[in-house]
Amino acid sequence: MSSATALTWFARHEIRLAWREWLAMMTGGRRGRKRRAVIGLMIFAAIMHLPAYAVVGRFADLKAPLDKSTLIVLTATIVLAWALMLSQAIESVTRVFYARADLDLIMSSPVRLNNVFSVRIAAIALSVIAMALLLSTPFVDVLVIGGGIRWFAAYGVVVAIGLSAAAVAIAVTIALFRLIGPSRTRLVAQILAAIIGAGFVIALQIAAILSYGTLSRFAVLTSDAAAAFAPDVESYVWWPARAVLGDGEALLLLLAGGLVLLGAVMAMFSSRFADTAVRVSATATPSHQAARTRAFRAGSRQQALRRKEFLLLRRDPWLISQTLMQLLYLVPPALMLWRSFSDSSAVIVLITPVIVMAAGQLAGGLAWLTISGEDAADLVATAPLPPTRVIRAKIEVVLIAISVIFAPLVLPLSFVSPLQAAITALGVIIAAASATAIQLWFRVQAKRSQFRRRQTSSRLATFSEAFSSIGWAATAALALAIPIAAVITGLMTAGIVAATWKISPRRA
Amino acid sequence: MVRSDTQHMDCPDIMKPQDSALQVRGLTKRFDRLAVDALDLTVRSGEFYALVGPNGAGKTTTLRMVAGLLRPDAGSVAVFGIDALENPIAAKQAMAWVSDEPMIYDKLTPLEYLEFVAGLWGVDPAVSQSAAHDLLVSLGLEPHLGERCEGFSKGMRQKVALAGALVHDPRLIILDEPLTGLDAVSARHVKGLLGDRVRAGCTVIMTTHILEVAERMADRIGVIAAGRLVAEGTLTELRQQNGHNDTSLEDLFITLVNPEAAAA
Repeated sequence: MSSATALTWFARHEIRLAWREWLAMMTGGRRGRKRRAVIGLMIFAAIMHLPAYAVVGRFADLKAPLDKSTLIVLTATIVLAWALMLSQAIESVTRVFYARADLDLIMSSPVRLNNVFSVRIAAIALSVIAMALLLSTPFVDVLVIGGGIRWFAAYGVVVAIGLSAAAVAIAVTIALFRLIGPSRTRLVAQILAAIIGAGFVIALQIAAILSYGTLSRFAVLTSDAAAAFAPDVESYVWWPARAVLGDGEALLLLLAGGLVLLGAVMAMFSSRFADTAVRVSATATPSHQAARTRAFRAGSRQQALRRKEFLLLRRDPWLISQTLMQLLYLVPPALMLWRSFSDSSAVIVLITPVIVMAAGQLAGGLAWLTISGEDAADLVATAPLPPTRVIRAKIEVVLIAISVIFAPLVLPLSFVSPLQAAITALGVIIAAASATAIQLWFRVQAKRSQFRRRQTSSRLATFSEAFSSIGWAATAALALAIPIAAVITGLMTAGIVAATWKISPRRA
Repeated sequence: MVRSDTQHMDCPDIMKPQDSALQVRGLTKRFDRLAVDALDLTVRSGEFYALVGPNGAGKTTTLRMVAGLLRPDAGSVAVFGIDALENPIAAKQAMAWVSDEPMIYDKLTPLEYLEFVAGLWGVDPAVSQSAAHDLLVSLGLEPHLGERCEGFSKGMRQKVALAGALVHDPRLIILDEPLTGLDAVSARHVKGLLGDRVRAGCTVIMTTHILEVAERMADRIGVIAAGRLVAEGTLTELRQQNGHNDTSLEDLFITLVNPEAAAA
């Protein structure tokens, strides 16, 4: 087989692997669901046109030349999309390093590793771009329908920023390997991937709160200060925005820039990619040395279970990154709260739904990790204590963890508005209990490392958990603003949770 | 040869329940096919019992039902006279189970894992701490006591799982292929440890594909095929039952589970 044929063959192999990984995520790894997954995806894409219309419909008539404020908003949106792609690309690169079981096979084969890893880098870029194109389709469709075919250029911009995001992700991850070593890179890269996407929006919100006392990031982007600070409308900084609007020259330059960047990364890093992969497989043993051997602790069997769960949660990289992300999302409302001490702003009401929603989401993840993600299921099942006590201990861990994370936010609120604090606390408890209950009813024994696939194992549980969190967040907000409406949304959300229980496999 | 499909084993019938570590009667489990077929099995207290059989014979399913990991469709299981289906907690208190795929927590150190297991079985921490340390040292894990298990090889993980099974000092240890993935030195460590436990009065039931281990270590050997116990006894008894006084266990095994292959 010639070198070119081998590369083509390997590229096909990579695309096939990426497709099957994606399909497994969509179908929960179950065969015979391919058709259903594709139909479900098409329906989802069709439905997504409605929110897309609500978000971008009014911008369909935008035409060059644009004023500075519009250019800033458009460019900020592109930067946000780029940050999200970068986040996904970092996640993909670490997965290739740590999770693919084929590195030994590839590295022991008689092919040039530089070429093989160049293909792998290209495959990462391709998967990032494909996902971005898929998610952006409803938005671009709405713009094309409302504003003409010139908006098709937006797809080109997605490809260009996807190329650059993949290139930067690979460079960042390999640099992390060199700087902090393989074992720490895994955790740091996960945290980076989790916070990069959210970080940009949150930074804008913080700026808006500090400058204008509002949570709206548009307040910053459309402000006179931003316009004064931004470069001239002819600046290259606006090329991406101009390319989106159909400027062919800007689009071509952007695509060329993306390709050159990815090509440079391939040339520079493909050999180090191989080297890094070897180091990861050779450094299979992270050296987490315990500082000292402490005495075994006494306590009941349930206490032993709770201690083990807390220890594992504390050492879970996913949980650390997710908690950090949730806490990041809570920074803007916390900042609002801090400002409200001085000016008693009515906007403080917005804090309650954000906290309740975050509690529900985090509780769902925690509940999956403790209840379903049991790595030593046989050990716990053969232990001399009833299964009900095992489950109770695990639920207690989820609720205690949620209390510890959210109490520092609810307690200060009680100094500003005791009623709001009480409603927020109640909302947190109900949202966390609902998410935990849903995870309990739909529990499936799995390894903790399979956490990424938890949302595909039961679509019903995923949607119920999301609707329950949103419902309880809305109920808590309405309880403060229009109490009678809160009764209605509360009953509706309780209905969703009850219906979920009714059709859950545990009840059957 | 005594076949279970014609008659229950002769010695168990006269054995009092308290003399037996395990007494299984009519144990049945069906998945898409019959996995365990009305199996009768008795293991005496203080005995090393090896359960051998071809792949898919029903060995693991049988032991998983005994350990309380699977609910049988029919039959009874008694552990030291305790009805394990009626009173599983009391039965589990006396037992330990080690699976062929070691299930431990990647993010815990071996000592933390053993502390957790001892806590689940309600062992006094002062006793379990010293036992845990001794066990891990005797299994050659002393240099790794403070490391998390995530980087351990399969053999090291198997040793940690085994130490977990022993730390609460069970009276009955059930092991499913415990020597899989262990190097020769580690296998010798494990065999030595199990031998010591049996000499101290503990009962060990072990499935294995390594017939030499069954031949050398087991007091009695049970041969299982198609979910039924087709032969049982000491190696000498098995030879006598088959009329081959000088044959190896391997030849006997093939004769028992696949007579056509043996004839060929």
